[in-house]
Amino acid sequence: MHPFILATLGGWLIGIAAVMMMGLKGRISGVSGILTGALTEPADERLWRLLFVVGIIIGGAIPVALSVDFKPPEPDASVLIIIIGGLLVGLGTGLGSGCTSGHGICGISRLSPRSIVATCTFMAAGFICVYLLRHVFGVL
Amino acid sequence: MSHQKAGKLISALASGIVFGLGMAVSGMTNTDRIQGFLDIAGQWDPTLAFVMGSGLLVTFIGYKFVLKNPTPLFADTFAVPTRTDIDKALLIGAIMFGTGWGLVGYCPGPAIAGLSYGYSSTLLFVPVMVLGLLLAKPLGKLL
Repeated sequence: MHPFILATLGGWLIGIAAVMMMGLKGRISGVSGILTGALTEPADERLWRLLFVVGIIIGGAIPVALSVDFKPPEPDASVLIIIIGGLLVGLGTGLGSGCTSGHGICGISRLSPRSIVATCTFMAAGFICVYLLRHVFGVL
Repeated sequence: MSHQKAGKLISALASGIVFGLGMAVSGMTNTDRIQGFLDIAGQWDPTLAFVMGSGLLVTFIGYKFVLKNPTPLFADTFAVPTRTDIDKALLIGAIMFGTGWGLVGYCPGPAIAGLSYGYSSTLLFVPVMVLGLLLAKPLGKLL
């Protein structure tokens, strides 16, 4: 199947997951926030968040178990870049109260001004970062 | 365990599974694709735009329906964020996140969805990202 068709189907699934979470549990499905809460909330608020995170790992594993075509290549980055990138993604989504799912999907769907500004900002930062790495420094 | 509590836990697990399926099916666990999308000056890969577009469409319409209910099925209230102010933490955080996203090609969802593939870079990225999430609170107080 063409990547754009798979992307559209996958997008629908991400949307369905967000609507399920809201309709059933009354929460936005922001991965960075739920992941943080799974570690820092009081014990009785931790389990559902942990299950959501475990669910993502299971859901990510299923297509690959069915067909190796779904297995992506390993990220092409040195250990140092992985550490800097991981820290920036964690600090940034923690500080900015959300990531691609919480701001980009759930927040924009609620027309939240914070999420619209955050999404435009992190997209722009991503564009600039890749532009500099690939076309100015030629390292990516 | 109460009926509501069991429903709450099962819905969180089920939403997570559907979410992870979406990440893997859409190609978002492929960091090349993400960096390809962010590379507007090179060979631009529009795949992420299809994911965002279709994800937003379903969520936008779906939220309209479910938020008409007086309460969620397994909780007493909808816990929807209410802040509307654009503060320094939001902007600085988004800039840091976008930079890290561009560097590696992972945002939190796809990084977690890709854990089972057993790549050492993913297995390193996720705990470092978690460390960053935990350090964000003390860092935010300094701003």
